[in-house]
Amino acid sequence: MIRLIEDLHIQFVCRIMVPLIQFFALYVIAHGHYSPGGGFQGGCILGASFILMMIAYDIEYVKKRFPEKFNTFMVAFGVFLYAAIGALCLILGAEYLNYGILHKILPADPVKVRALGTLGIEIGVGITVSAVMLSIFLNLSTFGKHEKSEV
Amino acid sequence: MEIIIGKYNYWIYIALMMIGFYAMIAKRNLVKKIVGMNIFQTAIILYFISTAYKKNATIPILIKSQEVIDVTQYVNPLPHVLMLTAIVVMVSTFGVALAVIVMLYKKYKTLEEDEIIEILREKK
Amino acid sequence: MKVLALIIVILTGSLLIYSSLDMPDWGDPNSPASTHVSPRYIEKTIEETATPNAVTSVLADYRGYDTLGETVVIFTAAVVCILLLRRFEDDKTH
Repeated sequence: MIRLIEDLHIQFVCRIMVPLIQFFALYVIAHGHYSPGGGFQGGCILGASFILMMIAYDIEYVKKRFPEKFNTFMVAFGVFLYAAIGALCLILGAEYLNYGILHKILPADPVKVRALGTLGIEIGVGITVSAVMLSIFLNLSTFGKHEKSEV
Repeated sequence: MEIIIGKYNYWIYIALMMIGFYAMIAKRNLVKKIVGMNIFQTAIILYFISTAYKKNATIPILIKSQEVIDVTQYVNPLPHVLMLTAIVVMVSTFGVALAVIVMLYKKYKTLEEDEIIEILREKK
Repeated sequence: MKVLALIIVILTGSLLIYSSLDMPDWGDPNSPASTHVSPRYIEKTIEETATPNAVTSVLADYRGYDTLGETVVIFTAAVVCILLLRRFEDDKTH
């Protein structure tokens, strides 16, 4: 479906840029408490870095490092992480998604632990959003046929 | 004059919204309809963000050293949160709509709405 | 048909502009949206959640259910895209 055009300049620039973009994405996710940012924004940047790699190289190149099964698993895993943190609060004896109760298992006081719970669900949202971006792009750009022989 | 200065932001968003609305109901091409829907949603997001604004206020990230928090110094965080949600829903609807359009193109080999209706009539 | 659409659009737009005259002014700190619940979020965010960014604390803490449902929405979008578009090699039906 997609014709591969090898271009040294584009591949070289992307090889340098992609780690920086991914590093910035992780910063945006982790630093969402103190600056503009959070799970959605960081996840979008992370997904965009994979899409950039797909455009510069080809789809096989990314799928070798980030297999489709793993990607689909990650789509569900982020939602699971979010719901699991909520359920953990329920098990420990508070309301669903009431992170204050997590101080029973984490070494911090009830106020600080709310920030940690927030960070946990931001990570879950970030995983889901980046995997969803990749999945939608992959399926739309190749009409759903991205096995080895089709590329 | 006071009305223009106080309300011109709403009028800009209404104009943008009506451009999207016109594209949704008057255009025959399905991709153009989707683009119109996106313009419509963007206008709504801009409208909500503008309601959050307070004069001479800054973004809702508090300065830690401050003892007494002055509420009028920070813009309203609630519309920002709601619109963050709406942006993600917008992306989701856009992706699903494009997927449906790809399937329609595979089946009918056209994206024009009236041609699809014509094909459906001939089949009957 | 296009003329009819244009008339509908102009009618709706003028109705909206007429109703916008009752809206609060731009940047008014005493508008209803800014005086009802949001002052509490701004005042209590450091005290209750240790998060200076009020947007993050409202998004993930005060309104966690909202974000959970919205994560499920984007999850559903990915699942729908895969279901609609994905074609495997050994699939003979298409």
